[in-house]
Amino acid sequence: MSVLVLDRVTYTYPDTEGPALTEASLAVEPGEFVVLAGGSGSGKSTLLRIASGLVPHFHGGEFAGRAVIGGMDTRDHGPAELAAVAGTLFQEPETQVVMGTVRSELGFPLENRGQGAPAVARGVEEAALALGIAQLLDRSTAELSGGELQRVALGAALAGRPALVLLDEPTSQLDPVAGDELLGVLRRLNEEWGTAVVLAEHRLERCLAAADRVVALSSGRISLDTSPAEFLSRAPADLLTPGAQLFQLAGLSPLPVSVRDARRALRRSAARPSQPPEDAPAASGLRRRVSWVGRSTDSRRPALSLGGVWRELRSGPAVLQGLSLTLDPGETVALMGRNGAGKSTLLRVIAGLDPVTRGRVERAGRVALLLQNPGDYFLHERVAEELGADALAHAGLAHLASRHPRDLSGGERQRLALEIVLGGEPPAVVCLDEPTRGMDRGHKRLLAERLKQLAGGGVAVLVATHDAEFVAAWAQRTVLLGDGRPVADAATAEVLGGGWYFATQTARILGGEGGALLPEEGAKVLRAWTAEPVSA
Amino acid sequence: MTYRKRWTPLHAARAVVGSAWCIVLAAVALSLEHPLLLVAVLGAVLAAAALAQVPGTVLRALAWALPFGLAIVLVNAVVVRDGLTVIVRGWTLPWMGALDITLEATVYGLVLALRALIVIAIFALHSAAVDPDELLRAFRRVSFRSALTATLATRLVPMLARDARRLRDAQRCRPGEPASRVALVRAVATGALDRAVDVAATLEVRGYGAPGAQPRRSGRPWSRHDLAFLASTAGLAVLGLGAWLGGWDPFEAYPLTRAPVDGSVLLLSLALLACVLLPFADRRGVGG
Repeated sequence: MSVLVLDRVTYTYPDTEGPALTEASLAVEPGEFVVLAGGSGSGKSTLLRIASGLVPHFHGGEFAGRAVIGGMDTRDHGPAELAAVAGTLFQEPETQVVMGTVRSELGFPLENRGQGAPAVARGVEEAALALGIAQLLDRSTAELSGGELQRVALGAALAGRPALVLLDEPTSQLDPVAGDELLGVLRRLNEEWGTAVVLAEHRLERCLAAADRVVALSSGRISLDTSPAEFLSRAPADLLTPGAQLFQLAGLSPLPVSVRDARRALRRSAARPSQPPEDAPAASGLRRRVSWVGRSTDSRRPALSLGGVWRELRSGPAVLQGLSLTLDPGETVALMGRNGAGKSTLLRVIAGLDPVTRGRVERAGRVALLLQNPGDYFLHERVAEELGADALAHAGLAHLASRHPRDLSGGERQRLALEIVLGGEPPAVVCLDEPTRGMDRGHKRLLAERLKQLAGGGVAVLVATHDAEFVAAWAQRTVLLGDGRPVADAATAEVLGGGWYFATQTARILGGEGGALLPEEGAKVLRAWTAEPVSA
Repeated sequence: MTYRKRWTPLHAARAVVGSAWCIVLAAVALSLEHPLLLVAVLGAVLAAAALAQVPGTVLRALAWALPFGLAIVLVNAVVVRDGLTVIVRGWTLPWMGALDITLEATVYGLVLALRALIVIAIFALHSAAVDPDELLRAFRRVSFRSALTATLATRLVPMLARDARRLRDAQRCRPGEPASRVALVRAVATGALDRAVDVAATLEVRGYGAPGAQPRRSGRPWSRHDLAFLASTAGLAVLGLGAWLGGWDPFEAYPLTRAPVDGSVLLLSLALLACVLLPFADRRGVGG
């Protein structure tokens, strides 16, 4: 019996004109791993909310068709009943944790099913061990970071071993290492427990290799429902993974689903076999310090200079440890590193939101900081009240002037908030904290262009992000933070080309050859290889 | 005022017992009028907070509540016109008469303020030392809707506090004039509705309120700390009833303040202190 069946489901949210999902039919079998692909507003999250029963029970609106989860029709059974079959994880971790301690949070769904204390205790331990959060069990949920909260929320979704797990961008808050670990856990649950997984994700390169099927959505309709390989051969360019783009641009086929497929295909083809980067196994703990060879020797005053900066929390850890960093005017720098490495704290220190406990921070002018939640910058009822007409037109947001800021998509909010912080006196430095969370590729491209435009105007740009593909699109230089200090500070091609976790998919496929990070650059390398005679 | 597991007798006691102890202690404070008895209870609460390793939380709550206490003193002194000892001769208003401030009304205002401060301190102690999750589990068996409301409220308070901090930081990053407090409060309130909806959705998908699924009782044995705090609760109830009904609290506010410090008052003060603090004496089995 299918664990999830949607039969010609059409759904319209209350007070909206068009349906968010139209005539969607889908069946997920036990043990299947299904990835939902599509741009912002394509209907991925709505499909997951239907599968969890929140639509229509919680959100209201108009619902037509039939959705059956684990044999229960959602018209007759609400989300609380469906929770026995389907574990759900949404994007925003802060609102998905409802109890005071991690142990209570993991035990909560089991208690709600009426399980006894021994079964609850065993379920909690198993979920904690599976997700590597056993050390957090007695911590207060109020003290956890975003990444930790996300793992705890996933643990709560998995604690009762549901037959179906529904996940909406679960890795958006996680660093590449934690993201890979989380997908590994999902794969293990899928393979060993037979749990069916339905996962919505913008960064397909992260999860496609684990998938049995890909369901692509476009404007609320299912446009494709096929195997990952077939999906890549038929998907629009915006949904192709960087690896598939690389092969397509190089004229190679079939398009690879994973890095492993791509490397195998290259070995089989006439292209030169590539070797993994020499330091691949140690990349997660990258400790080398490299000088940035492309660093400008501009004698102008730096836009930002930090010398021996420490940020030590009262009765807590030293988040920044003697960090020194200089940004020249017009320089574009990405800040990467594990969750908890100190990226957000560094940006807050640079903007003056947090004080330094030792060291110096020199700024050539105003620092514009865009924090992680763009919605926090909005105070008014209409977009036009947040930003002047000229600035809106300049940002390409004039058509949204009469909308409420909270009704904008994630990408539009991000752009509006960025223009708000850029207003007034021109900044010397612009800092952005995780700006691409939940953003589709189109909005990322627009953001990358805006950052390059700012840098062209002489503004130094510093962006903290986990998104290596996004970094490769705009950053000249990448600083990798570890335990509050830079462990690598070099040209982006050098940092992302030689790593394993902190690397683009193109770099992982090509092993960092030619410093190629993006599919376009990689395709040139591949074409050059195929033109060379194959070495023995 | 966030609960965090610590290794103290109050944390080791089951939440229902810890909560009952706090409620009875607050009820005793509300039943008392004699300043010495109230000071004894306040001292006992502060000592209990120190022994529960949450003195900072309770002192911060008291500091926050101090203006509120002063307002009570002021309002009582101005509004109540009982008492014979005039200390400030005020204006005569046509609709209120003479606004004289009496010593008796001021002293009674202080008594009321002291009571309010004690109750706030006990609330802070409860928030920091009684596990809210365990308490909600217990109450869910009694009243699903009340527990649901309490769950939402307990989750939302720290979440909104974090939202407010984030909004304040974001507004500091906005160029130009800083946003008004009204605008900030409005933004937090608007966000609160979204937050409440999100938290409620999470409760649903975690199976909260699924029909026919009642959480089972834990079957946890009664520890020495459960029994000690239960005995303390009973003792406090007896002392409170004695003070309220048995005339052990010889305080009169009006027309002349009368607060004799005799043997029975001193004995009652010591009994209250002992009753509150004795359960903390035995630290065996608190964990850690």
